Amino acid sequence: MTSNPAFRAAPARAYVIGFGTCLLAWILLTGTLAASELAAGALVALVATAAAGSRLTLLGGLRLSPAAPLHLVRYLGYFLVQLTLSNFDMARRILSPSLPLDPGMVEVHTGLRSELGRMLLANSITLTPGTLTVDVDDDRLLIHWIDRAGGTDMEAATRAIAAGFEQRIRGFLS
Amino acid sequence: MMPELNPLEWLVLAILAAALALAFLRLSSGPAAPDRLVAADTLGVVATAGLALVAWLLGSALYLDVALVYGVLSFVGVVALARAIEGARS
Amino acid sequence: MRLLADLFLLAGALLCLLAAVGLLRMPDVYNRIQAATKASTLGSVFILVGVGLLEPGWWAKLVAIIGFILFTSPVGSSTLARAFHRAGVAVWQKGQS
Repeated sequence: MTSNPAFRAAPARAYVIGFGTCLLAWILLTGTLAASELAAGALVALVATAAAGSRLTLLGGLRLSPAAPLHLVRYLGYFLVQLTLSNFDMARRILSPSLPLDPGMVEVHTGLRSELGRMLLANSITLTPGTLTVDVDDDRLLIHWIDRAGGTDMEAATRAIAAGFEQRIRGFLS
Repeated sequence: MMPELNPLEWLVLAILAAALALAFLRLSSGPAAPDRLVAADTLGVVATAGLALVAWLLGSALYLDVALVYGVLSFVGVVALARAIEGARS
Repeated sequence: MRLLADLFLLAGALLCLLAAVGLLRMPDVYNRIQAATKASTLGSVFILVGVGLLEPGWWAKLVAIIGFILFTSPVGSSTLARAFHRAGVAVWQKGQS
């Protein structure tokens, strides 16, 4: 799969996923599963997908396999745990009178090839404890650390965070 | 029609009001445009959740749509302003 | 059920307050983004879950709003941070006032 970058992926798959996403959004917004609503939603989703056309290559990196939804759920679980941890960490910093900060920037490389995958990784890093994605340039991510915690190897620490998410994102994205 | 609020819920409303007021303080005091923009972004996210709470207070699901549209507009606005800052100085 | 919902609302409101305090206390714009985006994202998700527990019929739309916030809030923050970085806003160093 790594030899098949997102921009050359089969568009048919992207259309299917785009249609599915639109229909899911429709169902959530209308809040019913009535046949007439579903039919209207399918029509709208079809028009929206067709109108988006070639821009759907953004979705080309997504994998359509039986295990993909499972990997997605696993990623979401990991993500929510990290988000909660980061809030405890942030609460401790904000509320302590001495405001323990030692910010700095670190660069890290990602092995994810698809645009959506990199975006998801950037998002995840932004919501993990003490890190914020500042810039994404090709396969390099510029990360702002709120605390370099003196002495520790920042490059390695950043790689560890990125790898934790990458490994889970890879299950459903290239 | 408003539901009967218990003390805990009044407390929640008071805390949210304080949060909005403090974020607004950063919005008005700056000191520079980026600081104001970050405050506006935060206000947008908090206000989206606040509007969902308003939907419950007023007993009308209509306000959920207001919350969603407010969230979308706030996001688009922040991204547009970020692009403006990025373009202005580079 | 109402108590559980209230606890979610309380946790959410406190996190939103934390975000606002972070906005005021942090020394530079990047740290403010860090503090505000994490706390306000989880805070608003908690509030939306609380509303969902109060009004079980609204779940579908609330899930849509939660998904939307979880996706756009970090994207917005990263976009802001990138804009400031490219515009040359300096990173605050330890020991600076």
